[in-house]
Amino acid sequence: MEAVTSPLDLLRARGIGFGSAIVVYVLLTAAALTLLVGCLASARFASLTVQGVAVGAAYGGLALALVLIYRATHVINYAQGELAMLTTYVAYQLVQWGLSYWEAFFATLAIAFLLGTALQVAIIRPVQHRSVIATVIVTVGLFILIDGIVNWIWGADIKVLQSPFGTASWDVGGVEIQHLYVGMLGVVFASVVVVWALFRFTKVGLGMRAAALRPAAASLVGVRVEWMLALGWGFAAVLGAVAGLMYEPSQLLLTPTLMQQALVFAFAAAVLGGLDSPGGAVVGGLAIGVFVELLGGYLPQVISLNVPFAFAVLLAILLVKPSGLFGRREVSRV
Amino acid sequence: MRSHVPALGSIVAVAGVLVALPFLLSSYNVSLAAQVGIYFVAVLGLNILTGYSGQISIGHGAFMAIGGYTTAIMSRDHHTNLVVTMLMAFAICFVLGLIVGLPALRFSGAYLALVTFALAVSVPELPLQWSTFLGGTGGVQSTTTVSDRWIYGAAWTASAILFLLAWLILRGRAGRAFRAVRDSEIAATASGIELSVYKTLAFGISAAYAGVAGALFVMATNGFAQPTEFSVILSLQLLIGAAVAGLGSLWGILAGAAFVGLLPKVSTSVPLTGTDHGRDVVFGLMVVLVMLVLPEGFAGLLARLKALVRA
Amino acid sequence: MTALLELEDVQARYGPVHALHGISLAVEEGTIVAVLGPNGAGKTTTLRAVSGTVRRSGRLVFAGRSLGRLGPAAVARLGVAHVPEGRGTFSELTVWENLRLGAYTRRGSIEPELERVFTYFPFLSERRKQHAGTLSGGEQQMLALARAFVQRPRLLLLDEPSLGLAPVLVAELFRIVRELNEKEGLSVLVVEQNAHLALQAAQYGFVLEAGKITLAGTSDELQADDSVRRSYLGY
Repeated sequence: MEAVTSPLDLLRARGIGFGSAIVVYVLLTAAALTLLVGCLASARFASLTVQGVAVGAAYGGLALALVLIYRATHVINYAQGELAMLTTYVAYQLVQWGLSYWEAFFATLAIAFLLGTALQVAIIRPVQHRSVIATVIVTVGLFILIDGIVNWIWGADIKVLQSPFGTASWDVGGVEIQHLYVGMLGVVFASVVVVWALFRFTKVGLGMRAAALRPAAASLVGVRVEWMLALGWGFAAVLGAVAGLMYEPSQLLLTPTLMQQALVFAFAAAVLGGLDSPGGAVVGGLAIGVFVELLGGYLPQVISLNVPFAFAVLLAILLVKPSGLFGRREVSRV
Repeated sequence: MRSHVPALGSIVAVAGVLVALPFLLSSYNVSLAAQVGIYFVAVLGLNILTGYSGQISIGHGAFMAIGGYTTAIMSRDHHTNLVVTMLMAFAICFVLGLIVGLPALRFSGAYLALVTFALAVSVPELPLQWSTFLGGTGGVQSTTTVSDRWIYGAAWTASAILFLLAWLILRGRAGRAFRAVRDSEIAATASGIELSVYKTLAFGISAAYAGVAGALFVMATNGFAQPTEFSVILSLQLLIGAAVAGLGSLWGILAGAAFVGLLPKVSTSVPLTGTDHGRDVVFGLMVVLVMLVLPEGFAGLLARLKALVRA
Repeated sequence: MTALLELEDVQARYGPVHALHGISLAVEEGTIVAVLGPNGAGKTTTLRAVSGTVRRSGRLVFAGRSLGRLGPAAVARLGVAHVPEGRGTFSELTVWENLRLGAYTRRGSIEPELERVFTYFPFLSERRKQHAGTLSGGEQQMLALARAFVQRPRLLLLDEPSLGLAPVLVAELFRIVRELNEKEGLSVLVVEQNAHLALQAAQYGFVLEAGKITLAGTSDELQADDSVRRSYLGY
């Protein structure tokens, strides 16, 4: 008995039909080509695109955190952005206390991990199996709570966290590419790769994937499912922390509202990519980042409508493909 | 509301208290009580959507905005009677809710949350774009303003009427259909319930209720409709209220409405910092704690207490 | 000599519905024990009671340890491998990853185990990079068994292994189970509707009806018993 595993079969196994796969590939190729042509044709287009990619990386990182948690616990963590904002303030405080930027960076990641894990154990675990809406509301409550705490401890005035990347830039064919954009992209990319490798190659990562896929079967092989979920939250918090720190690193202008718009875009990116697709989240983030930058650059008169506009486009895509670009069609077992 | 019609006695008691309150409380407290009434209407509507038909919306603040602006604009341009504007808000939001509910059928769970979230973020932006008609950041001022007592009366009368309406809907075929959809969509479809009709209907009804609440909301803020009044936070508060309320209990809805109507105001005076942010810390913490302790909301608590009493 | 697994007056329920009304059975080390009975008798529940996947009460002792309040992950770590109805394989993961998961509770290298597995199930070696979902039903059942073996358990719980498999494959499967029992000393508690096959492989058996044990004995005794022959062996 031979089993074929062509790429198409793998897609089918993921519930993505042939038709929609074609649509997605066509869409992405068209978008990539448009960007390429635009970049070659106009320096302004190119620099906006670079900016978009850099910001999009942060959206993608946050979106990946959302997807991670969604895959593990089937909830959207509405507090993900606020958590990222909180950890960014923690980094700020560490720098104020004398640590160098990178020391603070890694310390913050460790703190974020512990915080994420603790939150899952203390707050999510008790309600997770009782009620979907209770779990949603708990994250909403967390959103409000964290917002309040940050305002209370640090106040709402703007704080500055110096970027480690400096203000220099490279000149590539007439387009000015700032070091910091490359840095942003690099750091987020590195964190995504590290987390990916963790999931793909380590035993713990396999356990986490198994726990997310089939918790009952996973516990039968000895995987402590609840701990895997907690770890998932921990790593999601780390990704969020990186996204927060890389969000506006030119001079990180910290205000408590830092990540609120980012959450909106990250949520959109996660849904666009398909809520159970990590790759989709990253692609979605980049796509939205570029889209919003280009929109803002070329149509500044509708700047107050750029969020609704982005959403309108997102909605259109979802109507065609409700489970997102790379998402699996939800098969409800009867 | 389904299996236990609040005993006639408790209805009379509540009604009695409500009638007496304006004469006992200071003007400020009357306006607070009016706020609870306004939230009662909105939470009631949202409770039908989330609790009974199982769809989560974090965008009902948008419908409140639409209802509120309807009132303000009709009053500003046509000097329409305020009660009439409430009816208009009901009708307009019902239709809009049906329109929104229709594509929402293709989405479930988290996707629906995002779509309604998009609504919550986008609708308050609209006045900024069409500032001539919709007043921009300056807002729209209605020509008539009303007293706290008027609002109190209007809010609680509307609450009573709409509660009765909800009760009538939920005990009928629609109610059974809603519950079937919530418990199991697959089973509901299999037993012939036209899912799309009832899910869309639930959306329409909840939107209409939110519209009326929005109209009252604007009237309560001196007839002034402003984009900042209808931010995403409002939608979140409504959802919190619906969740705290839990399912199937009048008292639950009251508790939910009181929770989101009063707690933020009360926690401002908590000597934490006395600032707005102390309020958020306390409110956020309370939300988390309440959900941890009562995942089924206040109604769940009542059900458990009743079971204990019976045992 | 105490048995490897002892159940005494075990009750189990799904919410308000009681599925087991106080059953007692034992599995001696190194034996294959079959649990027979009609649909809905509680056979699957019995296995679930052992692995901790269902709420149960009563005395459950495995290798001298009380299973009491232990959940499935803890029971697995004690050395119990449960191959459930529906196989418990992860279709979205590769064959190799499925096997790797079998060894989740073990430390150190699992290469020797994998080599052993591939001698019993040679086809798995060729397919190791394939997603488990692309395997046929029979192959997935074999994978489930292989996965359990990699766990190096002392006790294997097998739930309806013949379900949905062609007779040739079923025979092969039971042959492998017997070989694992004889060569590796693996104790097995197998639930089977196919009483004939089960009694051929097992040394001992229990008959479960409506949540109670109605008959117990060696497989020879059961095969000779009239009621068993009429109800489950068809002659």
